[in-house]
Amino acid sequence: MSTATPTTETKETGELAPVRTESLAELLVSRERPPRPNALRTSLTFGWRAMLKIKHVPEQLFDVTAFPIMMVLMYTYLFGGALAGSPSEYIQYLLPGILVMSVTMITMYTGLAVNIDIEKGVFDRFRSLPIWRPSTMVGYLLGDALRYTIASIVMLTVGLIMGFRPDGGFSGVVAGVALLIVFCFAFSWVWTMFGLLLRTEKAVMSVSMMVLFPLTFLSDIFVRPETMPGWLQAFVNNNPVTHVASAVRDLMAGSWPGEGIAWSLGWAGLFVAVFGPVTMRLYNRK
Amino acid sequence: MKSEHLAGPAIETAGLVKTFGDNRAVDGVDLRIEAGTVYGLLGPNGAGKTTTVRMLATLLRPDGGEAHVFGHDVVREADAVRSRVSLTGQYASVDEDLTGTENLVLLARLTGHSKKASYDRAAQLLDAFGLSDAAGRQVKNYSGGMRRRIDIAASILNTPDLLFLDEPTTGLDPRSRNQVWEIVRAVVAQGTTVLLTTQYLDEADQLASRIAVIDKGKVIAEGTKGELKASVGAGAVHVRLRDAHRRPEAERLLRQTLDADVQLEADPVALTARVGNGVANGHGASEKASRALAELAHAGITVDNFSLGQPSLDEVFLALTGSTTEQEQAKEATA
Repeated sequence: MSTATPTTETKETGELAPVRTESLAELLVSRERPPRPNALRTSLTFGWRAMLKIKHVPEQLFDVTAFPIMMVLMYTYLFGGALAGSPSEYIQYLLPGILVMSVTMITMYTGLAVNIDIEKGVFDRFRSLPIWRPSTMVGYLLGDALRYTIASIVMLTVGLIMGFRPDGGFSGVVAGVALLIVFCFAFSWVWTMFGLLLRTEKAVMSVSMMVLFPLTFLSDIFVRPETMPGWLQAFVNNNPVTHVASAVRDLMAGSWPGEGIAWSLGWAGLFVAVFGPVTMRLYNRK
Repeated sequence: MKSEHLAGPAIETAGLVKTFGDNRAVDGVDLRIEAGTVYGLLGPNGAGKTTTVRMLATLLRPDGGEAHVFGHDVVREADAVRSRVSLTGQYASVDEDLTGTENLVLLARLTGHSKKASYDRAAQLLDAFGLSDAAGRQVKNYSGGMRRRIDIAASILNTPDLLFLDEPTTGLDPRSRNQVWEIVRAVVAQGTTVLLTTQYLDEADQLASRIAVIDKGKVIAEGTKGELKASVGAGAVHVRLRDAHRRPEAERLLRQTLDADVQLEADPVALTARVGNGVANGHGASEKASRALAELAHAGITVDNFSLGQPSLDEVFLALTGSTTEQEQAKEATA
């Protein structure tokens, strides 16, 4: 056995350099491992991975740029005249809501990404590392939080161009976006669960649609609930998306909707508490 | 709790079972793998090799039986196991969207290296594996051989005490295959235990010191290469003559004395005769062979070279799996 001899001889392809077994041996000598990194560190490292993926595959930003622009333009001009007299008046009411709707809808891509990734070998490597187990998932969500931020900035820019003038000013808008991102981070755990639970990408997509359409449309995003039938009002008024949309709208309008914020954060906590453990159980069993 | 990497067996399983629906993918596997050795798990596709490895690497929960890695239970002490092992799966276990450097840095960071140490380590590994030129390219643009290299590099980023290699050379050309073997030997030379699964007999023959042949979720034979071969039969007599024109005569003589099939090799002076017909226990093979040699000498045929070889693992494998199917057919016939 010639482990110590270099393999320079015969087997060289034009492009591939030889394996240098002596330097390999040197690298292998140390069996020491650095201390185990903490949960925050590993989560942030997985977040870095998500950023690198955005860097290498920038096309995936399409859904956080083109889609939100389309949503603002479409709904403002479609409903503006009929519902509020003019698009520029309607957008004052609509924009915070359509922002919540779009970003909430974008969350479903988390499930798709998890579902596609889980089939790949790299997941096995992550799962065989001695690290805090949820950090892989948290990493996805951190990367997604960046995507939600990009989507929000894009939509607000388009809105401002179209005449959206929030009374809350810069700080009100930032507070609104921050609340939305916290909510979406928590809500995404629903999709990590489905991403691990369902077999195919298509199934994840259809389940996402079935959940997202009623959840976002049956809310106070387009119109105030007062005109709806009683049974529908009951749903709309207790829909987490309504709570978040009202809170974001009020924040951007310059007020402090204490109750709305409490509801939004409460829902966020509930989503993490329920779907976080279910996701991790599926992740460990996959 | 012992932590020296050479204390006791690296892997010990007892009655390991994993079922998927009605399919008992792994059906009562008992293994004992000594630390510091290369152990080959040999079997056809769907034999249960990958499932076994995935259970040992804490990726799948066994449905029955027990498995310990360096004394740690793979279910109850999964994290202790994870900190000592690493896995190179059948499909590239690296992120194809990231570059070679990014993949290694990612794993280095995840195992606690500082940023600087991570980049240093990544650069050293890429250099040792001859991948420096491809360091900044996305792995999805790598060739098959390069993928395997980056994959193994990722697995030995922190020298593991136990390395699982799941079909490391499937789909590689012979040259890349040889290079992977070189790497495996270098890793083993530093004291790492390797559990290798393969469907290639020559790969197990080349690398492993002990081999378990696995078929339909069960270990059907286990032992050193020599033991496995001896269990099947004595093997083959290889003869090289001085004069090519005497070969037909030599063939006839060998067939008579050995009472076996004689094969004419591509080399015009070489002949191979099977002794013991592959299933006999091989007793008397050497006597028969020496009698055959005497016959050749008697006929005035000069023999330049002679060897009594063990059967190849191929023959072992066929004999083992072939007999299994025969048994089953017999069972079905009587049922």
